[in-house]
Amino acid sequence: MSKIHVKTRINGEAAEFLCEPDETLLEALRDRLHLTGTKEGCGSGDCGACSVTVNGRLVASCLMLAAEAEGAEIGTIEGLAKGAELDVLQRKFVEHAALQCGICTPGFLVASKALLEKNPDPTEEEVRYWLAGNLCRCTGYDKIIRAVLDAAAEMRRA
Amino acid sequence: MQYLAPTSVDEVVAALAQADGRARVLAGGTDLLVQMKSDMIAPDILVDIKRIPELREITREGGGWRIGAAVSGAEFNEHADICADWPGLAEAFDLIGSTQVQGRCTLAGNLCNASPAADSVPAMVAADAVARVAGPNGTRDVPVVDIPVGPGKTSLAAGEFITSIFLPARAPRSADAYLRFIPRTEMDIAVASAGVSLTLDDDGSCVAARVALGAVAPTVLLVEKATAALIGTRLEGAALAALAQACESAATPIDDKRGTVEFRKQVVGVLARRAARVAQNRAEERA
Repeated sequence: MSKIHVKTRINGEAAEFLCEPDETLLEALRDRLHLTGTKEGCGSGDCGACSVTVNGRLVASCLMLAAEAEGAEIGTIEGLAKGAELDVLQRKFVEHAALQCGICTPGFLVASKALLEKNPDPTEEEVRYWLAGNLCRCTGYDKIIRAVLDAAAEMRRA
Repeated sequence: MQYLAPTSVDEVVAALAQADGRARVLAGGTDLLVQMKSDMIAPDILVDIKRIPELREITREGGGWRIGAAVSGAEFNEHADICADWPGLAEAFDLIGSTQVQGRCTLAGNLCNASPAADSVPAMVAADAVARVAGPNGTRDVPVVDIPVGPGKTSLAAGEFITSIFLPARAPRSADAYLRFIPRTEMDIAVASAGVSLTLDDDGSCVAARVALGAVAPTVLLVEKATAALIGTRLEGAALAALAQACESAATPIDDKRGTVEFRKQVVGVLARRAARVAQNRAEERA
């Protein structure tokens, strides 16, 4: 079976790749485009480690075929920092020590970014519900939630 | 495996006919891809329906709403007008999976996955929703309640697929509600659930009602005796007790680690009663 040629935009830049028909977007990002910031946790859409945005919509990249990305605008963790300058969310995750092993962190950051773009002033409850599909087995979540709320507050002041 | 992304319903029908049962329709993929990865299914062809423009839209039709089979939960819940007409279906749809799953999951997919615990299905059945089905013999309209026939099984014939879900026009003083029981607050599958849609007259008396239960039988159940318990009442204590009794009697749940038969029967009656009160309050607020 011949490979599928996919043209897309990733973090604002044109990107293209060849993929197998049954290859997931997660596999294409990591193995073909070497964007290894996006992690595989469960591979079944339960843990959120592979979170990316597709046309602005938060999705689990393990539950989407790479071929479906044709013509789409993809946002990954690599798009957050501007060169050496961390995104506010990244900075707040560091300040609040909102990570330990770090596997879930890119997913949390991408998901939190999508939340704050939609809702710049979320309540703690809204943050917790939005991030319910992102699992962290190290931190116990409180530091993550505080980092997101602090980032939101700083972004509103800016 | 082959991946197809046609841009019209006719092309999907042709592709499914040619594949002779070896193809699966891909909408949100939140069940399909999980089943493929766990080797439960191994289709030769995937037919992605998200490139078909009319399947991505929510449109007004005869006072009701037509929801394309590829409309995601996130898109549905951002549509203020449809959520105002069908708050119960909106809350049920929103309960499916995480934010990430909401970005992709669809009503038609939740229906065709045919889980007895599917959250949107009792709400659709209570709403008297109708699925539009396209296939080799043309198009037919099928009440949502008639689509699932058992766990993982639907009444769709070979080569058929759902193109849209239709929600009928809403009478004034009508509303719906959906409640489920899970042992946590998010990211779980219903142990028991109930959807209620009702219409009140000017005096607040119930003139139409549909009650559907999830996770307490091999398919979602439409409970006609529950309708009878509510009609002509203002949902007073006796009417709600009769509603709960009708639901408990209709439920034939399984016993498993998530809930016993006794627990599920009792809880589904309580959920139906509470959902009916929520729907009643919403209907009165709309008046």
